[in-house]
Parts: sequence; C-alpha cells; structure tokens
Amino acid sequence: MTIGVIKVARPRKMSFPESLYLVEIVKGLGVTMGHMLSNIVRQEGIKTIEYPEVRREMPPRFRGRHRLMKREDGTPRCVACYCCATACPAKCITIVAGESPDPGVEKYPVRFDIDMLRCVFCGMCVEACPCDAIRMDTGWFTPPDDTREKLIFTIDTLLEK
Amino acid sequence: MTGPLFDIAVAVARIAVFFAFCFGLVVVMTWVERKGAAYIQDRRGPNRADIFGIRAWGLFHPLADALKFLFKEDFIPDNAHRLFYQMAPMFSLAPAILGIAVIPFGPDVTVMGRRIALQIADLNVGILYLFAVSGMTVYGVVLAGWASGSKYPLLGGLRSSAQMLSYEVSMGLSLIGIFMVFESVRMSQIVTGQGGLLFGVLPKWGVFVQPLGFILFLVAQYAEANRTPFDLPEGESELVAGYHTEYASFKFSMFMMAEYLHMVVGAAVVATLFFGGWQFPYLGDAGFLLPGGSTVAVPPALVLLLRIGAFVSKVLFFAWLYVWIRWTIPRLRYDQVMRLGWKVMLPLSLLNIFATGLILLLLNK
Ligand code: SF4
Ligand code: SF4
Repeated sequence: MTIGVIKVARPRKMSFPESLYLVEIVKGLGVTMGHMLSNIVRQEGIKTIEYPEVRREMPPRFRGRHRLMKREDGTPRCVACYCCATACPAKCITIVAGESPDPGVEKYPVRFDIDMLRCVFCGMCVEACPCDAIRMDTGWFTPPDDTREKLIFTIDTLLEK
Repeated sequence: MTGPLFDIAVAVARIAVFFAFCFGLVVVMTWVERKGAAYIQDRRGPNRADIFGIRAWGLFHPLADALKFLFKEDFIPDNAHRLFYQMAPMFSLAPAILGIAVIPFGPDVTVMGRRIALQIADLNVGILYLFAVSGMTVYGVVLAGWASGSKYPLLGGLRSSAQMLSYEVSMGLSLIGIFMVFESVRMSQIVTGQGGLLFGVLPKWGVFVQPLGFILFLVAQYAEANRTPFDLPEGESELVAGYHTEYASFKFSMFMMAEYLHMVVGAAVVATLFFGGWQFPYLGDAGFLLPGGSTVAVPPALVLLLRIGAFVSKVLFFAWLYVWIRWTIPRLRYDQVMRLGWKVMLPLSLLNIFATGLILLLLNK
C-alpha cells in the first residue's frame, strides 16, 4: 500500500432518470417551498437578528468600545502615563496631562480622546495600562454616526460608560 | 359614440390597462423576488422602508428603489460609446414592452353592441411577432456590452448573445407542435382552441397535448430571459454584473425593468400557449360543463370575471415559478449551457415536431 494516499469515495453515478434532472428539480422546488412556507408560518424560526431593536449577545471577552474607569470619588483612575498611547498601533489615543489637585496623585488627563475611526480594537491599550484605567468590556461596537468628529470619543464620553 | 372615436377609445383603454397590469406586476415581482429569496433562504428580506411607520412587509421597497434610481447620478464612463451606451437600455426595454401587445387577457367582450377583443392587437402572425420582438432583446445586451468600453460587460454581452441565439432556435422549434395541433399562430385562436376537452376529461390545454414541447419551451424561455439557471451573462463571481456592469441610476433600472418585464410577458406567453390562457377548466360560455355531463349555469358577467381571473392567476403562478426556480437551482457552467442547448434541446424539439406530425397524421386517417 502506498503511504499517504487516501481513497476518496467517488460520487455515485447518476441513474438515467436522475440525469434528466426533471424529477430532481421538482424535488428541489419542494425543498425550497418547504423552507419558505415554514418561515412564513413560523416567523420566530428565522435566524435573522433585527439589529437596532434586538442586539446579539456578545461573548464575555469581546473587545468592544472603550471605557475609562473611575475612582471611588468619581475622578478618572487614569494617571496620564501615556502607556496606552504609546502601545497603540493605530496611534489613535491623544492624551493631554495636567497636574492633579489630589496630592496623592501626580497627573490626571485633561484631555483623553480616542479616534474610534482609527482604532483597530486590538486591546493593546488595555494591556498596557498600569492601573487598569481603561477597559474594553462595554460589550458593543462603536455605534455609527454621521460626522467624523462625533466618532472621536472624548474623556466625558469614555467616562460615562 | 361614433365609430372611429369609439375604436380609438377602446384601443387606448386596452393599452393603458394591460400596460398598467404588466408594469404593476413588474413592481410587485421585484418585491416578490427579494422577499421570496429571503424566506427560501431562512432570512427576513427587505422590511425597513416605511411610510408613516407602516412597513407592510417591505412592500414600499420597490418605491424606495425607484426613488433611489431616479436621484442617482447618471454617469457615463469615459471609454463608453456615448450614443450606443445610451441606446442600449432602450433596446433592452422596448422589445419586452412590445411583447405585451399580442397577449390575450380575456375572451372577447361585447360593449355597446360591439365585440371587443381583450388583447391590444390580434395579429394574424401572433406568435411569430413575439419571436421577432423577443429576438431583438439581444441587441440591447450586445450594445450594452460593447458600448460600455470595458471588458466584463463585453464578455457578458458575448455570453448572453451566444446563449440567446442558441436557445432561440429550440424555443421556436418547440412551439411548432402547438401550431400543428391548434392549426394557427394567432394567439386568440390558440386560446380558443384550448377550450375543448381531451378524451372527455382533461382540458385540451397545450401542456396536455404537448408535454415535451412545454418543458422545452419553458427551459428555452428561462435561457432567453437570462434567468437562473442560465444567468451566466450576469455571473457575479466571474463578470461582476455582466453586460450592465457600467450602468448606473435609471439606465440600470431600465435593464432591471426589462428583465422583470420579460418574466411577466414570458409567464403570460406560457400561460397562453400551454395553459389555456384565459380558459377556466370546464367553463363554457354559459357555465360549467363537467366531464360527467352535468352542467352548472353561471351568469355571463361571472364567466368573464372567472376567465380573466384564471389568466391573471396563471400569469402570477408562472411569474412566481421564475423566482422559485431561481432560488432553487444553481447556475450551469457555460459548456453545460451550450451542450444542453444544441445537443439536447434541439434534437428533442425536432423529435417533438416529428412525433406530433406522426400522431396528427394517424389521427386524421
Ligand atoms: S484598541 Fe488598539 S487601536 Fe484601539 S485604542 Fe486601544 S491600542 Fe489603540
Ligand atoms: S495607560 Fe492607563 S493610566 Fe496610562 S494613560 Fe493610558 S489609560 Fe491612563
């Protein structure tokens, strides 16, 4: 026996009535009509998700749009260390740091913008953050919008989630 | 009303009504195609277009499509031949519209003491006229393919012209049997001829006297209309969209309309030639004549309605069959199309002619 040769079952030769296709076509028509009728009668059997009204359940580790975490007192947990902006392969995070009023914290982000149109949802920012200030666990995509400006999420939008 | 004025009024009314019927059906068919496809494939299909919040199962989508086509930019590619490029959609739509003219929509009716045929023109060459105009469709396709100045449309145009020419032959030959049986090429006479009974039980419809002819004609017609399984000219995976790749806006929608109008007219022709046209089974002028010999009287107005209703439902069924077949059968390969056309359909249609002739000869002895 030759090694590495796999015997594949050849399709059976068609019988004469089958090769005329006439009966087979009628059978096929029966199948499609069956699908159609059952779908019309039982609409709930259709797999389509009616998107804006119904949303798909995302798996728990789905990387969706970002959110910034807050401390107990409501200030952002981010310390404006630029780790995420440095790690970001799409260079879509813009941070402007300011001196924090809290003496225990050195800096805080005055601006923290993520350009969602450039983001590739790689999750590098989340990996890079030393204080777990940024997460992608919102479970949903960036929603569509009608201008580019609206899709540059600012710190307020990111903290909201 | 005086004579000529009456005639003109009748002619205009007939054209308006049949035209409206066919175009209305075209609009409905685009919806049926999308919705039917969706339900056959376990999807929901178009259901978003709404007017004041009423969605009506996506019935407004054809309207939305039309508006979209109207307001899109009418773009002509640089390489296109400007005149022919613009003529092609007309060449494709016009033959389809012309086809409506010879289809009888119902029996003759008597209005104000005059007999009026429910048919735009009862030509004595009937079906030959239909072949002549439907043969012209190929010009639209070839023109579109060539004038676009781009290679995919050209290939699509070539493919479909080869395909249409091949199937035209067997389409014509498959009908010879019908002419032999009903001894006419006039559409109205073919329909009246189908009113009788075969062996006293079956209605003498074309499909019962010419079963092989029916199958051949149906297949040839699908190939003529470039519908699946013969939609190679539009093979998306190979040719983008075939001969109308370079068309946009309303010109594109004219090609689409032509395609659907072909379906509607094709359905009407099949219904007329093979399924008795406006004949309702066992319904005579005065009422039902059942095979057992019993009769049921029906008022003439109801007879007329039943007959027109019979025609409309036959057309609807065959129009639906186009859609049904499209979403059931995969596309053939090009060599298979040609082999089927020349090596199977052509000999079979010749055989059909000889067999019909032989049987008629023996019967008349
Ligand atoms: S997910 Fe990736 S691309 Fe998006 S902001 Fe984070 S690091 Fe940048
Ligand atoms: S890595 Fe974390 S703490 Fe540092 S700037 Fe980014 S979000 Fe803020």
